[in-house]
Amino acid sequence: MNLKALLAALTGRQSSKEVAKERLRLVLVHDRASVAPEFLDKIKEEMIAVISKYMEIDESNTVVNMHHTDGTAVLEANLAVKSIKRPAHS
Amino acid sequence: MGEVIVITSGKGGVGKTTTTANLGVGLALAQKKVVLIDADIGLRNLDVVMGLENRIVYDLVDVVEGRCRVKQALIRDKRYDNLFLLPAAQTRDKNAVSPEQMKKLCEELKQEFDFVLVDCPAGIEQGFRNAIAGADRALIVTTPEVSAVRDADRIIGLLEAAEIKSFRLVINRLRPEMVKRGDMLDIDDILEILAIELIGVIPDDEKIIISTNRGEQVVTNANDSPAGKAYLNIAQRLLGETVPFLDLYQNQSFFSRLKRLIGLGG
Repeated sequence: MNLKALLAALTGRQSSKEVAKERLRLVLVHDRASVAPEFLDKIKEEMIAVISKYMEIDESNTVVNMHHTDGTAVLEANLAVKSIKRPAHS
Repeated sequence: MGEVIVITSGKGGVGKTTTTANLGVGLALAQKKVVLIDADIGLRNLDVVMGLENRIVYDLVDVVEGRCRVKQALIRDKRYDNLFLLPAAQTRDKNAVSPEQMKKLCEELKQEFDFVLVDCPAGIEQGFRNAIAGADRALIVTTPEVSAVRDADRIIGLLEAAEIKSFRLVINRLRPEMVKRGDMLDIDDILEILAIELIGVIPDDEKIIISTNRGEQVVTNANDSPAGKAYLNIAQRLLGETVPFLDLYQNQSFFSRLKRLIGLGG
C-alpha cells in the first residue's frame, strides 16, 4: 500500500477504483435482475424449497422483490407460513 | 474447417476494430489463412485501420445480395498474402443483412479459411445479432471503466442466450500506473465482477495510435510495443498455445516508483 492509499484508508476515503467497483457491483445487481424476470421467480422457487424443510409455506402468498434505495439493493422476501414442523430432534 | 470468432463489446470505442485487425495480423504471422469481416454496416472502419481503404470494389452487402462472388469482394492485405478483408458497405444500414445471410457467409468462408474474425458493431441491436449469427466463439473487449464493464456484462448475457458457448475477455487500455495508485479497476476486479475467463490484457500504448495513423498494426512490432506483444500473445492463445500473461507492472524506473511511494502519482 502506498502513502496515498494508506491516507485514504485512514481518513475513510475510498480510492476511485474502490468507488468504481462498488458502483459497478450495484449497477450490475440492478441490470442482471431487471433483464430477467424469471431470475426472481427462480430465487423464490429455491427459497421455498429450502424453507419447506422446516415450515409449510403458502406459495400463493409469497412475494420476492428487489428494491433499490440510496444506492443499495435489497432483496425482500415475504413468505406466509402455514405451519411450523415439529423439530425431528430436541 | 476453420473457426468463426466474433469480436464484440457492447460499448463503442473500446477497441474492437483495433483488436480485430491486430489479431488478424497476429494469426496471419502464424501462417494461418485469415479473413476479417467488417460487420459494422454504415460505419465501416476496419478498412482504414488495415490501410486498405483505397482497394475496395465490392462489399459485404454486395456479396449477400448476390452482386458479386465472395472472392471478388475479398481484399488481400498489402503485407500478408494469407490475410483478407471483407469490407462493410458504407451507404447502407444494418438491416441490409440478416442473421441467416451472415451465418451462410460464415459457413462458406470457414471452408477456405482457418480463421474468420468478425468485427461487431457497437450496440445490441440488429448489427450485433448479424455479427454473432455465424460465430463459434466470441471475444469480449472491455476497458477498465464502469460503463464498458457494464456493457460487457450485458453482452455476455446476450451471448449466453444466443448459445455461443465459448467466450473470453480482452481487457484493453489498462494503465498499470493508475491501477497501482488505486485509480483504475484492476484485472482481478473486472474478472471477479464478470466471472469470465481472460484471454489477454492490452496495456494502454500510444504506439497503437501511431501505427493506426499509418494503417499498420502494432502486432508486427511486438518487440517495440507492449500492446503489440500483448496482441501477439492473444493470437497464440487463440491457436491453443499456453502463453504466460505479461507482467504489466515491470519496467518501472526507480524514480517513478519513488514518486508513487510518496503519492505523487507518475
